[in-house]
Amino acid sequence: MRVEEVVEEVAVKLLRLAVVRLPSDVKRALEQAWREEENPIGKAHLKNIVENIRLAEELNRPICQDTGTITFYIRAGADFKGLNRVEPSLRRAVERATYEIPLRPNAVNPFTQENSGNNVGRLLPYVKWKIVSGEHLEITAFPKGGGSENTCTLAMLSPSAGVEGLKRFVLESVLKAGGMPCPPTIIGVGVGGGADISMNLAKEALLRPLDEPNPDPTIASLEEQLYREVNALGIGPMGLGGKFTTLAVKVNYAHRHPASYPVAVAFQCWAARRASARIHPDGSVEYLTHRVEEA
Amino acid sequence: MSRTFRLRTPLSEREVRRLKAGDVVYLSGRVVTARDAAHKRMLNLIEAGRPLPINLHGLPIYHCGPLVRKENGRWTVLAAGPTTSMRMEPFESTVIERLGVRMVIGKGGMGAKTANAMAKFGAVYGAFTGGAAVLAARNITRVIDVEWLNLGIPEALWVLEVKDFGPLIVALDSHGNNLFREVNEKAWERYRSALQGRGVQKPKR
Repeated sequence: MRVEEVVEEVAVKLLRLAVVRLPSDVKRALEQAWREEENPIGKAHLKNIVENIRLAEELNRPICQDTGTITFYIRAGADFKGLNRVEPSLRRAVERATYEIPLRPNAVNPFTQENSGNNVGRLLPYVKWKIVSGEHLEITAFPKGGGSENTCTLAMLSPSAGVEGLKRFVLESVLKAGGMPCPPTIIGVGVGGGADISMNLAKEALLRPLDEPNPDPTIASLEEQLYREVNALGIGPMGLGGKFTTLAVKVNYAHRHPASYPVAVAFQCWAARRASARIHPDGSVEYLTHRVEEA
Repeated sequence: MSRTFRLRTPLSEREVRRLKAGDVVYLSGRVVTARDAAHKRMLNLIEAGRPLPINLHGLPIYHCGPLVRKENGRWTVLAAGPTTSMRMEPFESTVIERLGVRMVIGKGGMGAKTANAMAKFGAVYGAFTGGAAVLAARNITRVIDVEWLNLGIPEALWVLEVKDFGPLIVALDSHGNNLFREVNEKAWERYRSALQGRGVQKPKR
């Protein structure tokens, strides 16, 4: 098969895996929350969530009707042949996936309000590139729902507010979001860089497995603190009370301008859909987030 | 202790007034989906004094943009969980008042304007688990009709037949109770007292 065909096939498969089957770290965290939740309404919601995950797998159907807007994160080996053909393949994959899986058509022109009908539109699917050394191509499909996207926040804090200001901004964002982003959520926090950089970092933090804290122990302890403080608010599953408002808080940072302290908060609903695969130069494919029999 | 009700649509004011926040409801009968664009169009029609294509009197409105498939000319619903209800907050009170809607189903809760209309005209808000879309679709037995498809599939009015659709948690009742507001107010209180405990100045809400 040619490069474009392999990329297209893999991308369709990744979209299917992502929307039908949650990664095992997310499933484990939700099952644990269900066992440990004490609020009866919160526990009932978590029971529905766990049952829904099982049912989606059994019936091979998308977990949530909102199959999201689609971003692909690419880690491209500098020596991978055919990089210029990757984006057109991804667009074809999204169009095919929309009919084959199916996905809900979610690409709307912001001026005419017309739905393209196939999830492809101007700059959609969105593709984020990172060039690494090597000959392989790593693709992550990241379809993200609108409910949790709508509660994302960005603040250009005063540097004097510092880490205390950051924590307050995160907690107030969670309070304002309430039940809207479908808690228990995963919360990505991006700090530093600039307005765009901090939000990018917050989004990328959502890709990190839940059981993987930040390798920097200081940041890992901030993540742990935020996790405890968010859950102490008692907003709970779906905003109707309980001790699981978030499954994990993930922090990423960049150095900042002396005058700026950007903080971005990206919410991910409990249906944290992501799937990754690595395509090797010989055309073989390795699935990284899901166990795939015929891979 | 929460009480469980099995109700059939259309709902009467009496049935709805009996429901209290925290009760659990399972619905059978007809339910109509409507989201942002459909609500906007409904309001335009109400203002123009023109009829809607569907009589919503006594029916629940479901804040949902379903994932559907058309096979052999027939629609099937594959996944149909709720969408965030707050986006419909500017419109819902008028819909309840003028169209006689008795129940709103969604996620995340609604604000004071809707709560007031629910108390005044007799309607409740039923919360379904966000994202539990396959679970929801399992209790949708058939697509009866669809209107306003030109708004796009997620935004159209889908008339669905449901059987034992739920559990729906009554989160806003017709007596002024709002579970979402209660949880949120308590959460803000906890936040403020935690800040005071750390000696930080009280934040503005």
